[in-house]
Amino acid sequence: MSYVTTLIAPQPAPPVVTPPLSAGRVVGLIGLGMWMLLAVSLVYMMVSNWDTSKFVHYGPRYLSGLWVTLTLVAISITCGAVLSIPIAFARMSSNRLLNAVSYGYVYVFRGTPLLAQIYLIYYGIGSFRAEIDAIGLWWFFREAWYCALLSMTMNTAAYQAEILRGAIESVPRGQIEGAKSLGLPPSITFLRVILPQALIVALRPYGNEIILMIKGSAIVAVVTVLDLMGQTRYTFSKTFDYQAYLWAAIFYLAIVEVMRHIWGAAEARLTRHLKR
Amino acid sequence: MSGLFSALGALWAWVQYALDPLCGPVGIFSFLPASSIVSCGATGWGDEIALGVKVTLSLSIATLPVGLLIGFAVALGMQSREGSLRLAAGIYTTIFRGLPELLTLFIVYYGVQMGIQAILALFGYDGRVEINAFFSGLFALAVVFSSYCSEVLLSAFRAIPSGQYEAGAALGLRPGRTMRLIVVPQLIRIALPGLGNLWMNLLKDTALVSVIGLSDILRQTGVAAKVSKEAFFFYLLACGLFLALAVISSFGIGFIDRWSKRSEASR
Repeated sequence: MSYVTTLIAPQPAPPVVTPPLSAGRVVGLIGLGMWMLLAVSLVYMMVSNWDTSKFVHYGPRYLSGLWVTLTLVAISITCGAVLSIPIAFARMSSNRLLNAVSYGYVYVFRGTPLLAQIYLIYYGIGSFRAEIDAIGLWWFFREAWYCALLSMTMNTAAYQAEILRGAIESVPRGQIEGAKSLGLPPSITFLRVILPQALIVALRPYGNEIILMIKGSAIVAVVTVLDLMGQTRYTFSKTFDYQAYLWAAIFYLAIVEVMRHIWGAAEARLTRHLKR
Repeated sequence: MSGLFSALGALWAWVQYALDPLCGPVGIFSFLPASSIVSCGATGWGDEIALGVKVTLSLSIATLPVGLLIGFAVALGMQSREGSLRLAAGIYTTIFRGLPELLTLFIVYYGVQMGIQAILALFGYDGRVEINAFFSGLFALAVVFSSYCSEVLLSAFRAIPSGQYEAGAALGLRPGRTMRLIVVPQLIRIALPGLGNLWMNLLKDTALVSVIGLSDILRQTGVAAKVSKEAFFFYLLACGLFLALAVISSFGIGFIDRWSKRSEASR
């Protein structure tokens, strides 16, 4: 039989041992060092190869390309949002035919690359010149810009329809039942009860979709649209200067980061009543 | 020994031919009459397009493990306790998720070429260096894939409670074994839907390598469209092939999903 005769005097906690160099720290420092090296060498490359005549010549081209990219994305996102509303409702309807058609639309446009869709519309439909001339739409399919806009709109409409559908279906059934028990007509139920809650759920995916479209719009350069990427390729083909691509990277990163932060701030503002 | 290898090579070529869904003995294009525009002989474009499908598939299948490995490493870095490691990994994902895939492809394609040329010039070699379009495509796609993959894996890591790591430590497992035996099996299950989406995106992104001259589906159909002047038909065919790949992969992903959940309680 043993029992405690003396209590150990209270002692401070043992000191936290932090090894000066753990494996993680070594890897992290090496990684940071490589990023620093890359940044310094890029800055060095830009400074040492600086050519004012090129800047004066191609700078405005980049700005016009930036404008083309931004307008293309803004118009296609807006038109896609309008087009996505009927698709989303068809997707949720109980009519088998509407359901199948909208499901097929969404599946086809989400399952194939945007590049293939642009080729199909610009070169594919463009090959039926006589028929298009007959219905008087040749002015539309002749321009690469319109074709790019059309394919981007149809592509983003498919994605936005899915976002909208998912958001509307995420609103719990009890909300509809509650509105019914209050005697609200279906239209008011949808506009005042369902939609506000659904759009809050949809905010983040919409932001992601806008960023995806900004990045995806670079593809239109392949069909001779002179957007930011198109001007970059033009500049590179004239100068063979690698900086052309680096400037484009800076522009795209800046747009995407600005967009991300604006959207994050807007989301934080719009959902402030949900924060505790 | 060389006889064995040539026999194996012949066997592999025969297997590839026999299982070819487009131009093989039971291929779709083989049933068409020989004069058709997509038949598999010298007159049609079937065999060229079948080659394009092979290139697209092999590129995306080769990219997947590379991208997954880099993505896993970056995700580990992003949830590490080391501030420097987190920062380095964060810079990586911010840059490559912010750049358009097409631009990444060009930057890798021309940048690696120029980098190698500059390094060789240091050693006194002034030749022109052409790097393989397949490898630069693979590298660019893997970089993009890994930066998205790291986000998926990071959120999966966060879904695993720290009690799992503590239980591993309590059992006396080393960190590596805890990771391999306890964390990764759960991680795969949680991350699988996100990874499936990424695979679909990867399949679509491979279409971009046609721009740097790799003969994938889109390039082969584009050449066929230009030569035969049947642009609408061939681009529709390209869309159909991509769609078929997407349908097949969604079946495959569903199968893997069920397989990974086989030991879960049925609800």
